[in-house]
Amino acid sequence: MALISDGRFIEDAWRRLADEEALPKTGKFIVSLPRLEHAVEVLGPTATFGVIVPNTTEPSALIAALPRLDLISIAFPAFADGRGFSLARLLRRAEFKGELRASGRLVADQYPHAIGCGFDTIEIPDDLAERQDEGQWRAALNAYSMSYQRGYAGRGSILDARRKAVRS
Amino acid sequence: MTAVDLRVAQRPNAPMTTYRYDEYDAAFVSERVAEFREQVNRRLSGALTEEEFRPFRLMNGLYLQLHAYMLRVAIPYGTLTARQMRRLADIADKWDKGYGHFTTRQNLQYNWPKLVDTPDILESLAEVEMHAIQTSGNCIRNVTADHFAGVAPDEIEDPRPTAEFLRQWSSLHSEFSFLPRKFKIAVTGAAHDRAAILVHDIGLRIVKNDTGEIGYQVVVGGGLGRSPFIGKVVGDFVPRKDLLAFLEAILRVYNRFGRRDNKYKARVKILVHEKGIDEIRAAVEAEFAAMDRSAFAHDPEEFERIAAFFAPPPYESLPATSVSLRAAKLETPAFANFVDVNVGAHKIPGYAIVTVSLKPIGGVPGDATSEQMRVLADASERFGFGELRVSHEQNIILPHVKQDDLFALWSMLDAAGLATANAGLVSDIISCPGLDYCSLATARSIPIAQAISKRFSDMSRQRRIGKLGVKISGCINACGHHHVGAIGILGLEKKGQESYQITLGGDPTFSASIGEILGPGVTAEQVPDVVEHLVDYYLAEREEGEAFIDTWRRIGHARFKDVLRREGEDGADI
Ligand code: HEM
Ligand code: SF4
Repeated sequence: MALISDGRFIEDAWRRLADEEALPKTGKFIVSLPRLEHAVEVLGPTATFGVIVPNTTEPSALIAALPRLDLISIAFPAFADGRGFSLARLLRRAEFKGELRASGRLVADQYPHAIGCGFDTIEIPDDLAERQDEGQWRAALNAYSMSYQRGYAGRGSILDARRKAVRS
Repeated sequence: MTAVDLRVAQRPNAPMTTYRYDEYDAAFVSERVAEFREQVNRRLSGALTEEEFRPFRLMNGLYLQLHAYMLRVAIPYGTLTARQMRRLADIADKWDKGYGHFTTRQNLQYNWPKLVDTPDILESLAEVEMHAIQTSGNCIRNVTADHFAGVAPDEIEDPRPTAEFLRQWSSLHSEFSFLPRKFKIAVTGAAHDRAAILVHDIGLRIVKNDTGEIGYQVVVGGGLGRSPFIGKVVGDFVPRKDLLAFLEAILRVYNRFGRRDNKYKARVKILVHEKGIDEIRAAVEAEFAAMDRSAFAHDPEEFERIAAFFAPPPYESLPATSVSLRAAKLETPAFANFVDVNVGAHKIPGYAIVTVSLKPIGGVPGDATSEQMRVLADASERFGFGELRVSHEQNIILPHVKQDDLFALWSMLDAAGLATANAGLVSDIISCPGLDYCSLATARSIPIAQAISKRFSDMSRQRRIGKLGVKISGCINACGHHHVGAIGILGLEKKGQESYQITLGGDPTFSASIGEILGPGVTAEQVPDVVEHLVDYYLAEREEGEAFIDTWRRIGHARFKDVLRREGEDGADI
């Protein structure tokens, strides 16, 4: 797996825990959704952990754990399945402040969409990373100077820029 | 907003009632072209697989068709300037085969571009403030609107500022560019529906409430295709300030809960059908209540800014009826027919709305040669403030013609083969490209349209028959709107043979209905006979002032079925 942050491939500081692996006491690790409740129960308040969830997850299933989570990774079963974008928006609306990660076979062209919906990082399989080098992710990030939507993260909004131009 | 905004009026390219890009729009569209150029390069280099490239090329209007690529150019809310029309003609000459096809979704399709040329075509479009953004793909498509917007006497408000607002909001939307399926929005602001809002994923009807406030009736879940549905009301009166937030709520519900297991069931109409409109309404309202609406806070200044672009052009003060028009009609019967059939009432005295039919007898519905496009551009400049519209009936509208100029306009159109006086009549057929171009087709549709048109080539007979919508699709996808044709024709394949299923009673307006199947399919050769029998029966049965659909509704489907059974030789083959 390769991890992209700010248009760069970076080292992944997180470890995805297999379901049969015991919960570690230290380090940054990611559990699956079925293990989340248990992890919240047994891990001390200082443990650093995240969860990977299917894109069909109801945000309410995560609400109780949100303050404890440092990372939520949303799985994209296919790059053209946009449910993860809406889920990300809902988690940000629920005031999740940690790292929001999109995991799956995303293509570079979707990077601005992901940022817009509140994702911080993108995790893609190695074969994809080979075809889509860092340059392509950076280019995608800079492809548009602004967007037409308001209330979405990342690039500034054309509507706001216009309003400012008119007022000044 | 009645006066022309001078900043707008002084634009170099005459038309003054169309949206003009500002620096932000221009930058956005050119960034889009640059992005697509890179995407094509990456496809060619192998950085993108065809599967990965596909949604992006579709979102730029590029299809892979039966014989070649097809490029679908957006004509937002159907409004076009003379300069843009000329550019469409130039593109047809330079990169295609000298013609283009106007479609039911207010787009223009080129059937023969090459992949490597498309970035250049998009650049050429961008120079005249045009694009192909989101004319295809599983995203919010080109927003359509009433083609008589701004000039119709029955209008509450011009729907185009709303449509332009929505175009901007939907362009490259971070959250809604990878929906379960395509998503189509249509807007009307008039008492009569010319935008078919009830057969769109979302239909917006501009309404005024008791206190005189403008808002929107929001309809969701209409659509044609293999399971046709009439949309249902999800919001009775959504104030303007809430419109974007409300739409965002609908889209979010659809994006999350729309089916993705089967592309035929992925449309919002299926979600509405399976869950029921009440459950959908509750979900939308809950989402609406939970979201941060301040992000969408209505900006009246911005709305006014956009609306100013659509301010009326500098009309002259004219008498309500033109003396010269009356004289010319008396002198030239062909012109009189044209006026009676293709010219409609305008909200300004002394003016008229002209429908230019792209359905000459025996022609290909919606096709225009580059030469014809140029004639239309010239005509709009001479007689209509340089503005044109594309209707969802695949015709071109000149929205502001002085009645005094109608004769000169007609002469010009006539010389270019553009004066067929059949708007709304039986030969004004909507037809998809069918097997002649489309990789999904199961039967031909263009030749069927041509055969019906020729059968009714007698124009005085057509006028006697009156308003009659014939609509033809070459497969179940219903691009030709056959479900909402008073006479609908669907091409199917049965045992290696083309077979045509006829439906009756479809209606795309506020009184929308889906056509009912007449009986077993018929052969291509039989289609004109069947249409003729149906028409004859209607003529025999109709009461004063009744259109085909009215008679059908009054006397019932069974009687129409009966008559065909009796007409058939052994009573079974029709
Ligand atoms: C030539 C290539 C074309 C292809 C491959 C194509 C493909 C499709 C498909 C797959 C659908 C079904 C969508 C669904 O119900 O989920 C559809 C529907 C439709 N298409 Fe096309 N189409 C083509 C051309 C056209 C043209 C030329 C027009 C206009 C004349 C058009 C207008 C429409 C409309 C209005 C619908 C119905 C949408 C609805 O269900 O609300 N298409 N098309
Ligand atoms: S109705 Fe079918 S044949 Fe006609 S254009 Fe649409 S997909 Fe093609």
